[in-house]
Amino acid sequence: MESLRKVAAELRGIAIELSHQARTPHLGSSLSCADIIAALYWKILDTGPERADDPTRDRFILSKGHAVTTLYAALAKRGYFPEEELQTFNQYGSRLPEHPAPGCVPGIDLATGSLGHGLSVGLGIAIANRIQKIDKRVFVLLSDGECNEGSVWEAAMLASAHQLDKLRTIVDFNKWQATGRSAEVMQLEPLEEKFAKFGWETCRIDGHDLQSLVEQLEKPRKAPFALIADTIKGKGVSIMEDDNNWHYRIPTKKEVEDAKAELGLA
Amino acid sequence: MRNAFADEMTQLAAQDPSIVLLSGDIGNRLFDQYKQQHSERFLNCGVAEANMIGMAAGMALAGLRPVVYTIATFLTYRPFEQIRVDIGYHDLPVVLVGVGGGLSYASNGGTHQAMEDIAVMRAIPGMQVLSAGDAWEVRAGLKAAIASDRPTYLRIGKKGEPLVHSEPIVDFKIGKAISLKEGTEAHILVSGNLLPSAQEAVDILESSGIKVGLHSFHTIEPLDHSLLESLFASGKPIFAIEEHNRNGGLGTAILEWANDNSHDTRLLHRIAAPNSFLHCTANQREARELMKLSPEGIATSIQDSLNP
Repeated sequence: MESLRKVAAELRGIAIELSHQARTPHLGSSLSCADIIAALYWKILDTGPERADDPTRDRFILSKGHAVTTLYAALAKRGYFPEEELQTFNQYGSRLPEHPAPGCVPGIDLATGSLGHGLSVGLGIAIANRIQKIDKRVFVLLSDGECNEGSVWEAAMLASAHQLDKLRTIVDFNKWQATGRSAEVMQLEPLEEKFAKFGWETCRIDGHDLQSLVEQLEKPRKAPFALIADTIKGKGVSIMEDDNNWHYRIPTKKEVEDAKAELGLA
Repeated sequence: MRNAFADEMTQLAAQDPSIVLLSGDIGNRLFDQYKQQHSERFLNCGVAEANMIGMAAGMALAGLRPVVYTIATFLTYRPFEQIRVDIGYHDLPVVLVGVGGGLSYASNGGTHQAMEDIAVMRAIPGMQVLSAGDAWEVRAGLKAAIASDRPTYLRIGKKGEPLVHSEPIVDFKIGKAISLKEGTEAHILVSGNLLPSAQEAVDILESSGIKVGLHSFHTIEPLDHSLLESLFASGKPIFAIEEHNRNGGLGTAILEWANDNSHDTRLLHRIAAPNSFLHCTANQREARELMKLSPEGIATSIQDSLNP
């Protein structure tokens, strides 16, 4: 897991640099899901750049599209596109917009950025796979604030009605949404029990515990599976951790340097 | 029209294993035959339209050809953003079929009256917008929409509508209107539900010695530009008729096209519903009469315009 920890730190470092360079917000959200994305792309997903269009691949949908810098970083490091291209993030004509666009780069299937879409689309893919006898998994990463959207629960009800055991969702439960505590803006808790009552297999873990992430995401299931990942917004950088100002704040050059040092990247 | 839709779906699904039918918990018994033959390719998605649209997009991304069916109002208004983003933005081959278009379900009240559906669907870039005038147009439109591999909205009526075409339409093309009658004094361009009424109006006018042409504009997006060119070039009045609010439908689409292409927009007269909710219990026939969209109402409006 040590090498995976290093990968996650590198993804964080890239997300921080991109936020600074392109002056884009949502850094805290990108940092909270870095371990989840590292686990998926380095240990779980049966896919790869050479199979970006292969119908028989595992699929991943970043439903919380505002955290795309971490996904871009992972895709670049996995060879979906040149790492140097990350420098074009959010520039005029770039293939890497602030929220993922349809097929903007290989490895991005779905444009997200409007919350509450990814689980329904992932559910559709899972049903299509079943119809076409494709035995592959679909992973959808949601944010906790995203669970405000009714469409998430529409999808949750239909997925369990069809016992879609290849559909996995991970909730990056970083405890904040744009302007408040996610458990206070709406009655989000008990989130794991909610998914369980909706007919899903569930598990709640420390979303920064790479070992647990890999174990839970890999395990075969008999029903759709929801992994509630308790995370810290801004994870990995002490001045950003659990401080919701970093939903919108842009790091200074000095803050970038300090953050990278703290992540062991300097 | 809905029976024709169900039957055509059953046939098309037999020919193409990628076709799937998603229903928003409507069509009780309507799809029995389809389900009997293609049970694994039928999904009742429940009363959850936003999720149904997202699912359809996911299925299209995974190589299937989804057809989504529910009442036009619930299909186009509730999940508008899913249609815009998941289907439109991704340019996915999903066919949305709205049953009960226009005033088909008038007596169910404003919740069920689809009078802005064409307007909102044609606002989505790349969305083909069709409105079937009879059961034959339903069949041909559905087939063409699926074959096009493009995002498409197909508005249909309910059941028991009169047939205008006498046989299957073999050369149906999206964006190519069907000319049913040529006229010397004016041209009627009608879309969807009102096709039979417009045909009756043509007969009424003819009995008064007024010869008007009749063209079924089953496609609102894209419009039949070449036919419009020739009709505007004739210099005769053009009447766009639709069971839809005046804002945003066929008439508006033609008006925009005419203005963009430097035609005399004064030739165009829009015969449509007023831009207001109907606060009166009325069935489809009664609602049409209130809105002057009955055959007589249409004929009178045209006659008044021609002889002010």
